[in-house]
Amino acid sequence: MEKATLTFTDVSITVNVPPGTRIIEMSEKVGSGITYGCREGECGTCLTHVVEGAENLSEPSALEMRVLSENLAGSDDRLACQCRVLGGNVKVRPG
Amino acid sequence: MSVPPFALRPPAPRTTGPEGPVTVAPGVTWIGALDPGLRSFDVILKTSNGTTYNSYLVRGSEGVAVIDTVKAEFTGAFFKRFEESASYDEIRYIVLNHLEPDHTGAVPELVRRAPQAEILLSPRGLPMLRALLGAEFDNAKVRPVTTGHSADLGDRKLDFINTPYVHWPDTQCTWLADARVLFTCDLFGSHFCDGRLFEDQVDDFRLAFDNYFDRIMRPFRSFVTSALDKIEPLDFAVLAPAHGPILRSAPRDWLARTRLLATPRRKADSAEKVLLIFYVSAYGSTAQLAQAIHDGAEEEPGVRVSLFDLEGSDISPFLDLIEEADGIALGTPTINGDAVRTVWDMLARLVDIETKGKLGAAFGSYGWSGEAVRLVEARLQGLKMRLPEPGLRVKLHPSPEELEEGRAFGRRLAQQLTGTAAPREIDFAELAAR
Repeated sequence: MEKATLTFTDVSITVNVPPGTRIIEMSEKVGSGITYGCREGECGTCLTHVVEGAENLSEPSALEMRVLSENLAGSDDRLACQCRVLGGNVKVRPG
Repeated sequence: MSVPPFALRPPAPRTTGPEGPVTVAPGVTWIGALDPGLRSFDVILKTSNGTTYNSYLVRGSEGVAVIDTVKAEFTGAFFKRFEESASYDEIRYIVLNHLEPDHTGAVPELVRRAPQAEILLSPRGLPMLRALLGAEFDNAKVRPVTTGHSADLGDRKLDFINTPYVHWPDTQCTWLADARVLFTCDLFGSHFCDGRLFEDQVDDFRLAFDNYFDRIMRPFRSFVTSALDKIEPLDFAVLAPAHGPILRSAPRDWLARTRLLATPRRKADSAEKVLLIFYVSAYGSTAQLAQAIHDGAEEEPGVRVSLFDLEGSDISPFLDLIEEADGIALGTPTINGDAVRTVWDMLARLVDIETKGKLGAAFGSYGWSGEAVRLVEARLQGLKMRLPEPGLRVKLHPSPEELEEGRAFGRRLAQQLTGTAAPREIDFAELAAR
């Protein structure tokens, strides 16, 4: 199985994760400040800034695109409850 | 002629208010409603003087704009004042500076009566508008606006300034440059009902102004400061909030007061990182742990550590300290499978200040099951704090080895604050087991 790592810079923790893992699944467990509200891609609470490795994340769905747009998110921002780590290394911090 | 003692006195003007619309500036009219009987707002704020829901109408050569509306129960008063000022087919824009129900109660009916009107709101307000209008949303003319956007009324225009989180994500201000009026919705608001409307005519509302800030805006104080930075360069003559008196005689004083209120009450007196350790202890074990964590953290240069017994004070002064602190560690024993009441009281009050991004940690001694630490951690995460260190739990009385672990725990917390904590790598399986 291809390996992937997900680093939460606000708590200095890197997690070795299986490809396909959603960021929110790990962020809660490591105690990162990336927290969730609705967990359904609606509220924008889990807005996450991608520091490195944006290319290793799943493409945003139409729903995620809409919520990012409505939240005036930057081009390096994603929703932790929606996007998955597909492989390689990804570094994130709370948005 | 003397008035007999039994004669009824006329109601005070502060509760009756104006019969009709009130001119605020040339072509700007107040069409809001008074709610003198309100005693509790949003459950979180006592309102001994009631409140007002300020809605404004701006008339231009090519139509009118309605800026915010009122709480649903006051829709009748709002429409009455509107109809004395304009007709529905004149409405070109409905500006929603904030979509909380006390400002949008009349919006669904207003949209039905003026289907030609374009609804202008910040992009973050769209989910709320969808919920508010339901199936009618798709038929409404909706335009998201942000800083740099404007709305044309012919001989005048409205400019929008995006000021998020004062106090909802959707909040914005609307600027009418020719009349020098800034419509600020909840910013600069106060729950104070006085039908004379203007701050130079009403009773003393300074307490209500400060109280409003503390209960509504304080949890977003850094966003308030950002909003003030955007607003201050404007040459405004009137600040027109959506609650309480309209500020026209000394508007800059109210801005300055708000900036002061948005400043931390206990500003840090050095560049050191501040770690506060709070605890409640039943048999002294959690207190011992707290002391060990304190001693360990103190070994880290650049961190000022302080220890407080939560039962020794009211919570409010602690909030002032936490507001400016970089991190807190909270100790509680587990009693009846839960954290103790004093700790929950503290956790409940933390919603009154800005906690996002601060370091948090939990610890405590327990007898049987030790749930309290996990429960406190979950609450701290809910407050959007970061918790890099899993909580420290000790069964019964801490041994010398456990106290050493407490000191190490304190050192690691301090290192998280100074940025010297060693990066860690964790395997998914280990994490999944937590």
